Amino acid sequence: MTTPFAITLGVGSSLANKTGSWRVERPVYVDRHPPCNNACPAGEATQGWLYQAEEGNYEAAWRLIMASNPLPAIMGRACFHPCESACNRVQIDEAVGINAVERFLGDRAIDEGWTVPVSAPPSGKRVLVVGSGPAGLAAAYHLVLLGHEVVVYEAAPQCGGMLRYGIPQYRLPRAVVDAEIDRIAAMGVRFEVERRVENVADAMQRGAFDAAFVGIGAQRGKHPDIPSGDAAKVLDAVSMLHGVEEGALPALGRRVVIYGGGDTAMDAARTAQRLGAAETILVYRRTRDQMPAHDEEVCDAALEGVQMRWLSTVSRADGGRLLIETMVLNDQGLAEGTGHFEELEADSLVLALGQDTDLTLFDGDVAVDTTRGVVHVDDHQMTGHAGLFCGGDAAAGPSAERTVTAAVGDGARAAAAIDAWLAGVTLAPTVIPPLASADRLNPWYYADASRTLRPRLEAARRRSNFDEVVGGLTAEDALFEARRCMSCGNCFECDNCYGVCPDNAVIKLGPGQRYEFNLDYCKGCGICATECPCGAIDMVPEHH
Amino acid sequence: MLSERTPVRFYQVGSFAVGNRLVELERRSAQSDPRRANSLSSGHRACAGCGEALGARYALDAAMRATRGQLICVNSTGCLEVFSTPYPETSWRVAWLHSLFANAASVATGVAAGLRATGRDVVRVVAQGGDGGTADIGFGALSGMFERNDDVLFICYDNQGYMNTGVQRSSTTPGAARTATTQAVGPQPGNAFGQGKDVARLAMAHEIPYVATATVADLFDLESKVERAMSLHGARYLHVLVPCPLGWGTLSKDTIALARLAHETGIFPVFEAEYGEVTSSVPLRHRTAVEEYLRPQKRFAHLFDKSGAVTSPDVVARIQALADRNIRRYSLVPDEDQ
Amino acid sequence: MQRQIEGSLAIAEAVALCRPQVVCAYPISPQTHIIEALGAMVKEGALDNCEFVNVDSEMAAMSVAIGASAVGARSYTATASQGLLYMIEAVYNAAGLGLPVVMTLANRAIGAPINIWNDHTDAMAVRDAGWIQLFAETNQEAVDLHVLAFALAEELSVPVMVCVDGFILTHSIERVDLPDQDVVDRLVPPFAPRQVLDPNDPVSIGAMVGPEAFTEVRYLAQLRMRRALEVIPELAERNADAWHRPPTGLIHPYRSIDATLIVVAMGSVLGTIKDVVDDLRATGVNIGALGISCFRPFPVNEVREQLRSATRVVVVEKAFSIGNGGVLSTDIAMALRDRRVTVHTVVAGLGGRPIWAASLRALFVNAAEGTLPATVFCDLNEELVERELERMTHDRSSRSLARRDRAE
Ligand SMILES: Cc1cc2nc3c(=O)[nH]c(=O)nc-3n(C[C@H](O)[C@H](O)[C@H](O)COP(=O)(O)OP(=O)(O)OC[C@H]3O[C@@H](n4cnc5c(N)ncnc54)[C@H](O)[C@@H]3O)c2cc1C
Ligand SMILES: Cc1ncc(C[n+]2csc(CCOP(=O)(O)OP(=O)(O)O)c2C)c(N)n1
Ligand code: SF4
Ligand SMILES: [Mg+2]
Repeated sequence: MTTPFAITLGVGSSLANKTGSWRVERPVYVDRHPPCNNACPAGEATQGWLYQAEEGNYEAAWRLIMASNPLPAIMGRACFHPCESACNRVQIDEAVGINAVERFLGDRAIDEGWTVPVSAPPSGKRVLVVGSGPAGLAAAYHLVLLGHEVVVYEAAPQCGGMLRYGIPQYRLPRAVVDAEIDRIAAMGVRFEVERRVENVADAMQRGAFDAAFVGIGAQRGKHPDIPSGDAAKVLDAVSMLHGVEEGALPALGRRVVIYGGGDTAMDAARTAQRLGAAETILVYRRTRDQMPAHDEEVCDAALEGVQMRWLSTVSRADGGRLLIETMVLNDQGLAEGTGHFEELEADSLVLALGQDTDLTLFDGDVAVDTTRGVVHVDDHQMTGHAGLFCGGDAAAGPSAERTVTAAVGDGARAAAAIDAWLAGVTLAPTVIPPLASADRLNPWYYADASRTLRPRLEAARRRSNFDEVVGGLTAEDALFEARRCMSCGNCFECDNCYGVCPDNAVIKLGPGQRYEFNLDYCKGCGICATECPCGAIDMVPEHH
Repeated sequence: MLSERTPVRFYQVGSFAVGNRLVELERRSAQSDPRRANSLSSGHRACAGCGEALGARYALDAAMRATRGQLICVNSTGCLEVFSTPYPETSWRVAWLHSLFANAASVATGVAAGLRATGRDVVRVVAQGGDGGTADIGFGALSGMFERNDDVLFICYDNQGYMNTGVQRSSTTPGAARTATTQAVGPQPGNAFGQGKDVARLAMAHEIPYVATATVADLFDLESKVERAMSLHGARYLHVLVPCPLGWGTLSKDTIALARLAHETGIFPVFEAEYGEVTSSVPLRHRTAVEEYLRPQKRFAHLFDKSGAVTSPDVVARIQALADRNIRRYSLVPDEDQ
Repeated sequence: MQRQIEGSLAIAEAVALCRPQVVCAYPISPQTHIIEALGAMVKEGALDNCEFVNVDSEMAAMSVAIGASAVGARSYTATASQGLLYMIEAVYNAAGLGLPVVMTLANRAIGAPINIWNDHTDAMAVRDAGWIQLFAETNQEAVDLHVLAFALAEELSVPVMVCVDGFILTHSIERVDLPDQDVVDRLVPPFAPRQVLDPNDPVSIGAMVGPEAFTEVRYLAQLRMRRALEVIPELAERNADAWHRPPTGLIHPYRSIDATLIVVAMGSVLGTIKDVVDDLRATGVNIGALGISCFRPFPVNEVREQLRSATRVVVVEKAFSIGNGGVLSTDIAMALRDRRVTVHTVVAGLGGRPIWAASLRALFVNAAEGTLPATVFCDLNEELVERELERMTHDRSSRSLARRDRAE
């Protein structure tokens, strides 16, 4: 028997009613630029690799880092992680521990011996890289990946630049530096150490290089004019740290005064503590808040027993003592001398007041603009001399952040530019989507999960050795931390749109394939956009 | 309860979003399943952003999953029925029966009895209706079904008014709300303040095996309640708050957001009870003042001026007091002084 | 098996023989004994696979029956009077959904004033609901009609109401021949529903139908109901063969073959009417009677056939449409509209008033003599009515009501 007419209806019949015609707005999936990516000077696709790490796809995550930054294990230690400062998760609890995850991935890669295959055909072009600091390393790595023959000339006996001769071992173990440089070398980059370039134009010509990248950093500690007596022991922080690295331990005495308030000052102070100073006193002319050093560094220094004197300047150095002037902040917030002086006992004074670049290798090259001690480059890191590129500390103005991360970014950007220049093409500008700002998120969906702290060496056990202070995350913690990422502005397949649509108008395409709107039935209510946790759906006016 | 359901807290958004590629399949919501039942499928004529359409699919899909598809659904008259089954089109993919406005609970009793008599009681029964069909005209039938402890889960989709007939007041319409029969005119605009009908508590008074409330804002909670309900036999009741853009005067995109605010303000307590005793409640994650919930709703527009400032502080305070009472009564803010 | 048994119990036994699967009960006199008996049978396990549901109202009773029927369970309930009105929405609904529920209606007057005694006002209130309505003349017929009702309802997917005069039949003890179970099992095969709610083959039952198809839905319902006029006699013949009793068909003619005056009625009053017919025939009045056992669908052709010889028809009715007149009379007049036949209405037995043979005899004699008014209220207490009208004339607010000229 047939079912009764009209009062009994069969499954699926409503599909004939295409409710999509009601729509005045339609949803569209978008990918926005996550703030972490946006903040990364090295141009890492942070959110992207966290997405891989969330699934435990550590190798895929690492490879994604390697697409921009060849030094994850180093950066996972040395980077001051502007990504975390920009992280939207701060609005909910605390920033995602991106840096810790990066270190985990970097260390995992070293343990597993992951490498990056060079698959590009040889271009037949030779590129010179001057300096093996992070800028030079990044440039060399990307250039070799692009098929170019790369030779690195390094003045020092070992590669790494400030990674080796600046950043102390307790923050960056040398085995890590070696491992990441070795990996680059194994890709075909030829490193020639103890080979200082006196004149880059000559070097290029002599070596028949088609292009060059200069990443010579800023090696010379600044020595302001401080009247000093003969017996005074005054040295600069970079030299001191360099010496430590080379095994030439400087005799600092019992009481060491560090002059400056930057990260280098902190490293010098903490190193002094480790070298056996009974008292290390940091003298800084402004206040604690105005110190350029990263807070974490200042805290560690204090924890390790470094004493701090704010609003003080060194006016004079004599054997065994210093004359210190007390400062005050004036109406504009600037430090001013008070005329009030004090003596401070000190066996040595370490100046940590910044570094300059030795630019003599550009001498005679009028095309290269080096006014105010900085190499001026265009958006593609190219100097006025066509084919001659520069990046890292050497090209960073005094106001720019001089960091490993920025140097890596410069190197990578320069490599792409060199590649284009060698090919005689102009680099297409990268289109950056609009920012995935916090106001686009629907934070309710994110479970409360506070940040995982990395283990730290107890202060008492830091005194007499250069053991690494900050530990790595366990795999479980790294996974946890990666999963705290909210995937700002980029669909992470949480199924929310698929679930919240009252009209079943979202089609789930399967793992990795994301979703599609079924516009036959979508009424344009906009719930999917409102409820998208990460703000990856826009509503746009419908033109029927 | 919450932590019991979400032992793995670090699945990013795992505890609250519909799905998560990182979670084991069996822990994902029914809604995240690409082969979910879609009990209420596309082509229905609910308003854009209808909370009731959403709530019904959420609940029935969960019930379908819990019963492995062995489900029959009885529906009372109301929006849900009208928008889903205008001849010649039905949106239901479940076996579905609509009889009348007042009798869904009784019809469901009959379905359950008929299934038992014909030896098919593996098939489970859900009855569903709006707040009118539950709290008002259908209440006698519902109470009878409870009292007999018939093997039926009754789900009320509470949009706080007779929406299908054009937004008239029901006994779940909140105080001060404007409806077509409680206009925002006169000295006390909107619905009178009374006790309202708290059907969940009335259901608890029947000491039936299971009573729960939920909203369309917390899918996992809703699904787990349906699942719990389907794991039990006898009379069970689930009261789901389903915002109605038309009746509440809200933006269609805000349906879930409003349900969430209803919970986070405490005005709609989310809890469950067994045999008349509250066994758990869902604490507020971000306690919010009721005015945040009221302000976006045109039915409460007379409590605010154009700029959104409160113009009837006494009324808002009264509603806040109701929310605060819920918070105390159901311990919605765990460390709040009891 | 012949038994001396109360009508309600006989009906309960007959229902039980039909193996109902869901029985819903909500008490109202004079239906109570039926459901009490069924309740006891289910409780003591005399009825296999049967659910007895003590519901919270008649609305629930019919609704439970609807739900049960929709999943393919044979469903039964019984009610009367106020109870029927309380469930009326569901009564229409069961028919609209095409669910073959069987219900006993122990006919009773409707209040106010509340009155528990017999008349047919309740049945008339739902005559348009889409139910087949069968009226029993005796308890034996009540039993036979119930067996027929289940088979009929399920054959056509139409609900069937068996109307039994409250108290007069339900509470009277008579000799009744209850069929054997194996006979009933043959006559009422297991329920094979036209539509059934099945999760493995889901459908939506109870759609909203607009103007574009509503007329057709109703027209098809009409066709199905008219089909019952063929099915009922078939089933009745078959049943009669099985239990060796005269068939309970659509109508019961009595000495009407050549009668010029024919009395038409439904239910138990036919017994009295037949006695009066015999009496008057003996005095030479050419009178006969016609019992209508199937009121809905109305057997127009059969009625016309049986009333062929009549020039005058008296319809004795236990209900009337206030403001108009007889209900059955209207149907009879409609059936005879192309004939020169005078149709009278005798309203009798309202609210349980006894219908005396003598009163009917006097009315029928008047009819034979041509002096019977178009509408008569049998045994109306004229004195009481006059007194009341008189009282009303003294009251301003009701003075205008105290006129009698258009009462009949
Ligand atoms: C003590 C200290 C701690 C620091 N800590 C951090 C930190 O924690 N995080 C952070 O992000 N940044 C830190 N920095 C800054 C960071 O080290 C630099 O910004 C970064 O190393 C710059 O990289 P680069 O490649 O430009 O130069 P460098 O790292 O300075 O490398 C330049 C290289 O070029 C070589 N070179 C120079 N001239 C020539 C030449 N003429 N021919 C051949 N080779 C030459 C040098 O020997 C050197 O190896 C720190 C700096 C110091 C000094
Ligand atoms: C007996 C009866 N009375 C009134 C109506 C009219 N009616 C149909 S739906 C409805 C309102 C339904 O309200 P509710 O149950 O809250 O469901 P909603 O439409 O709000 O989802 C009313 C009053 C009816 N169909 N039947
Ligand atoms: S009126 Fe309200 S309940 Fe009805 S369909 Fe529209 S949004 Fe849904
Ligand atoms: Mg409602």
